[in-house]
Amino acid sequence: MSRIAAAGQGLLEWVDARFPLVSTWKYHMSEYYAPKNFNFWYYFGSLAVVVLVLQILTGIFLTMNYKPDANLAFGSVEYIMRDVSGGWFIRYAHSTGASMFFIVVYLHMMRALLYGSYRKPRELLWILGCMMYLLLMAEAFLGYLLPWGQMSFWGAQVIVNLFSSVPFIGPDLAVWIRGDFLVSDATLNRFFALHVIALPLVLVGLVFLHLVALHEVGSNNPDGIEIKKKKDPVTGRPLDGIPFFPYYIVKDLIGIVVFLMVFAAILFFGPEMGGYFLEYNNFLPADPLQTPAHIAPVWYFTPFYAMLRAVPAMMGTQFWGVLVMGAAVIILFFLPWLDRSPVRSIRYKGPIFKAALTVFVVSFLILGYLGVATTDVWGKVPDALPLIGGVEVATLVSRVLTLAYFAFFLAMPWYSAIDRTKPEPERVTG
Amino acid sequence: MSNSPSITAPAGDYKPAGSTAGTAGGIGAPMSARRKFLMGATSAVGAVGTAAIVAPFVASWFPSERAKAAGAPVEVEIGTIEPGMLVRAEWRGQPVWIVKRTPEMLATLDNIKGRLADPDSKSPQQPSYAQNATRSIRPDLLVLVGICTHLGCSPTDRLQPASDWVGGFYCPCHGSIFDLAGRVFSGMPAPTNLVVPPYMFVNDNRLRIGEDSKGA
Repeated sequence: MSRIAAAGQGLLEWVDARFPLVSTWKYHMSEYYAPKNFNFWYYFGSLAVVVLVLQILTGIFLTMNYKPDANLAFGSVEYIMRDVSGGWFIRYAHSTGASMFFIVVYLHMMRALLYGSYRKPRELLWILGCMMYLLLMAEAFLGYLLPWGQMSFWGAQVIVNLFSSVPFIGPDLAVWIRGDFLVSDATLNRFFALHVIALPLVLVGLVFLHLVALHEVGSNNPDGIEIKKKKDPVTGRPLDGIPFFPYYIVKDLIGIVVFLMVFAAILFFGPEMGGYFLEYNNFLPADPLQTPAHIAPVWYFTPFYAMLRAVPAMMGTQFWGVLVMGAAVIILFFLPWLDRSPVRSIRYKGPIFKAALTVFVVSFLILGYLGVATTDVWGKVPDALPLIGGVEVATLVSRVLTLAYFAFFLAMPWYSAIDRTKPEPERVTG
Repeated sequence: MSNSPSITAPAGDYKPAGSTAGTAGGIGAPMSARRKFLMGATSAVGAVGTAAIVAPFVASWFPSERAKAAGAPVEVEIGTIEPGMLVRAEWRGQPVWIVKRTPEMLATLDNIKGRLADPDSKSPQQPSYAQNATRSIRPDLLVLVGICTHLGCSPTDRLQPASDWVGGFYCPCHGSIFDLAGRVFSGMPAPTNLVVPPYMFVNDNRLRIGEDSKGA
């Protein structure tokens, strides 16, 4: 052994006597056995970590020039874009990163839906994920106020006002959140504090817990069967598992390279994505006296926003729409107990579940479209028709799809139990 | 590891005096009544202390004294407003509209009463002196806070009637429609009429918003 290698070995032993370095590495990397049949859908977990790191990195550098002051914020963002060297790159990376974060997270959640990754014993893993999703939405919303553009201002105005519809305490609650009687400098300043430190801190903590929970129960796989059931009698290793390091590290690196190519292409050639990643109205400074002619949230919120709009005010309050929107997110937490299918993966689930999942995904996508469109996008139902005459077609469709969204969850205990499933294999397939 | 610490404490250590329950300290191990009481009392005092510490943090989120003081009344010159015209003022950071309605515009108010959610302004969205057919002190002059009662957008004014439009305000955010007295049509996302702020006339040509003769 060379002297350098011996010194390295000595250092490792010195550290390992004081910190569980080697055992941690083995537990989470070189002896963490992940199923060998991971496919395309399994890239998005590691990609979410990559985007999180990118967001933190670009975010830290943005704070070095950004000013969280209602009089200076808009100008400081323009200053970053025009005068700070490389500033446009950092800013666009951060704003594009927000949308990419949601793309990656939505696909990651879709994977869980497809392969039943939320089923026992991964309920807590799923719940931690849902908490991160909720937190990510809050983080994105808070961040969107910071450029202090027209959409920043009016978006925050609308979302904070959602809280004012809560019975009894609502109006005071909204004032408390804003710190003023309308969205103002006080609101901007506290949103900045929450966006750059409070929520990221919790988010990183949840990522840690998510990984701890994952490595405790082990990864699910496209067949939805437990690889821990079939172990090598001699070594005790799962027969269908391969160590995370080096095999999946290498696989994920390929995914990261491809992802960064897509990311860079958007960043360099279409950072505003035709108004979907950064809305045009946000290039105008906030004007508390004038709402833009058409306001819509950024694309990742639009399915929920469409649900909010679909519910009319009843009994003198618009709280019902807010309730529906909130329930649409909260219901995700209960998914592990709603699915009563004897199998986990879509590969062995029956035609009813497949149809239900298809309807759910299509509903979510159309709701997402309707959330960016104006309510009159599809015209009105002819007045002659009974009951629905004169109602806007888009509103009507939103209502039907909102029902479909909830039916997917609420009817699941029933349809997943009676569905005709196929038998699961003993060992993982290709 | 050979010397990994066990969950239960070594016998003799941490053992409460008078405990009859073997080694204490393990999760779920029985505790003496005295220890239970002391633990409960300590936790309760700790909870009160925590609540006391949380209070100033929660309080810091309420509007500051400066924000509260910013609600001073504003005055607007109204002598130059032409009939059928809308003027915007800013009061407490919110848009306030002053509309001088023409006799034709006022005539629409009565015709559409059947299509409104609250035609007689029963819900308290205006001072008592504006709880009338025109929702104003002077019939022609409408004063409104230009914030939609749904989710706080500022509606667009479309004052002139058209073939399919009676004249009024349209909220671009969620499609609520209000008439020329700020009354909401039924079936809209907005649950109530637009707010009429407290106001008074200093003289024929000057309007004060945010204060009325009752000193509100």
